[in-house]
Amino acid sequence: MTDENMLLSGNEALAEAAIRAGCRFFYGYPITPQGELLEHMARRLPELGGTFLQSESETSAINMVYGTAAAGKRVMTASSSIGISLMQEGISCLAAASLPCLIVNVMRAGPGLGRVRPSQADYRQATKGGGHGDYRVIVFAPASAQEMADLTFEAFAIADKYRNPTMILCDAMIGQMMESVNLPDFVNPSGLPPKLWATTGAKNRERNLVLAAPLTDDQLIALNMELAKRYADIEVHEQKWEEQYLDDAELAVVAFGSSARIAMDAIQKAREEGIKVGLIRPITVWPFPNRAFANSQNHIKGYLVVEMNNGQMVEDVLLATHERVPVYHFGKGGGWVPSPEAIYGQILERSKGG
Amino acid sequence: MTKVFMRPQSMNDVSTPYCPGCTHGIAHRLVGEAVDELGCFERTIGIVTAGCSVRSWRLYRFDMVLTAHGRPPAVATGLKRALPDRMVFAYQGDGDCAAIGIGELLHAALRQEKITVFMINNAVYGATGGQAAPTTLVGQVTTSYPQGRNPNHAGNPINIAETIASISKGSYVARVALNNVRNILKAKEAVIRALKTQEKGLGFSFVEMLSACPTGWHMTPMDSLKWIDEAMIKQYPLGEFSTPLVTPDSQTA
Repeated sequence: MTDENMLLSGNEALAEAAIRAGCRFFYGYPITPQGELLEHMARRLPELGGTFLQSESETSAINMVYGTAAAGKRVMTASSSIGISLMQEGISCLAAASLPCLIVNVMRAGPGLGRVRPSQADYRQATKGGGHGDYRVIVFAPASAQEMADLTFEAFAIADKYRNPTMILCDAMIGQMMESVNLPDFVNPSGLPPKLWATTGAKNRERNLVLAAPLTDDQLIALNMELAKRYADIEVHEQKWEEQYLDDAELAVVAFGSSARIAMDAIQKAREEGIKVGLIRPITVWPFPNRAFANSQNHIKGYLVVEMNNGQMVEDVLLATHERVPVYHFGKGGGWVPSPEAIYGQILERSKGG
Repeated sequence: MTKVFMRPQSMNDVSTPYCPGCTHGIAHRLVGEAVDELGCFERTIGIVTAGCSVRSWRLYRFDMVLTAHGRPPAVATGLKRALPDRMVFAYQGDGDCAAIGIGELLHAALRQEKITVFMINNAVYGATGGQAAPTTLVGQVTTSYPQGRNPNHAGNPINIAETIASISKGSYVARVALNNVRNILKAKEAVIRALKTQEKGLGFSFVEMLSACPTGWHMTPMDSLKWIDEAMIKQYPLGEFSTPLVTPDSQTA
């Protein structure tokens, strides 16, 4: 960490943190609300001898990512909802070929073209794979500009560690809100550990292969088993979440990203009123922080899932709690944003066991 | 005794997976010979994709990448931008280049990416059972146009080499045929000039290869070679449609 705090939008904090993590390649197609991110990279990367390229489509952007990742370099793209849908073929191939990279989804409201409104409607797409085939992407859900920077920095390291695509899942509010940010220190890209598997030219070594499909039926089954083992490791080691006021809580709000930020206001107000309510905020949404629920104390009588969609994460909470206690959903799709007062009202109602 | 003919050093001792009479194998060999002759084996990265040549990464001894249908020019862009001193080529079909990946191809050409694309034009989708491609000739019968290609329904065939030449001045663009020795020798020259264009950083390079698909055409191998001469070359004339301002053959860059 540097000593200097800067006032940055979440998108800018993310872009600058990616550069500091040693990412020198950005491919993307313009779409709102991730514009500042792409434009920041367009300004900064040429200054650093890096490559910014505006592609002709999101499909092309993700395949440029595939090429640079195959060359063994840290690389990213960013888009929003409908653009991420267009990238899913490429993301499935990146996962099949075990290529590390970062994909940013600054979500807008859907389905279809939707509207440029904050939304969390791509939770299911992001956390269950998204494209065809049996694969996973490691997904972080930042709730502040600071976390946009910190989790981006971490996402590159985790992508390299597991040779797996990672994703930052946020929305227009987190992307465009300006906050004080303390950026991570610069990593020199040439100082990163060499990727011995990369296709860089077979000089003084056996040739390397980066394949979106293996040769035989048996090899494809073996690849799926290898991926399943990798995902199981990730589920054990990479769950991340934040807890607030859980020690004596009788109701726990579960929320990620901007809905968690709004829910905290309501939780603090309720605490002042003596209501025993706490917060579980998933920071990784895949792997889902099941341990936060497994550890859960018997005094929790119910969970209130607040999300800006029709109820997507609520499925993961039901699985994590094995439905031992009631799980309530408060949310709506289409660009709806909950107010702290509305969440407070829900807390009052649900803490009565209603 | 002197050996006068051998497998290119860039190639593995494995058999090609193609049907009898298919000319994919000739195209692969030309690329392997060219890499040998240019001495760029250690710097070469090839990209292949869906279609009959999906497993052709086995044929080469240099680094290879397999990616989704139509996407090799974008993948090659990402590789070449990251490793500008390497030789990056994509080996694709006409479905790849002229249908699903025409956006990736034309925009890579428009940007003058320093990559080389080899496109096999056999006027059908071979791997999936002989359906029509954008390159299918008018009247040609395919499994998806059993009545023959009707331009009022499916439009006219697309001439990809000329299309690229029209948007990418100064790139190297050629069309060759793999149906007789004379044409194959010319094809070899084009493959080398394309790779030299890349080597010297002169711009985008593209070689379209008219190739026989006896299985997809329901013809004997010999009739297929004749059909290239009698039907395909009429729609798809051979030659160079664009050359770099500096000749790729010159000794200075």
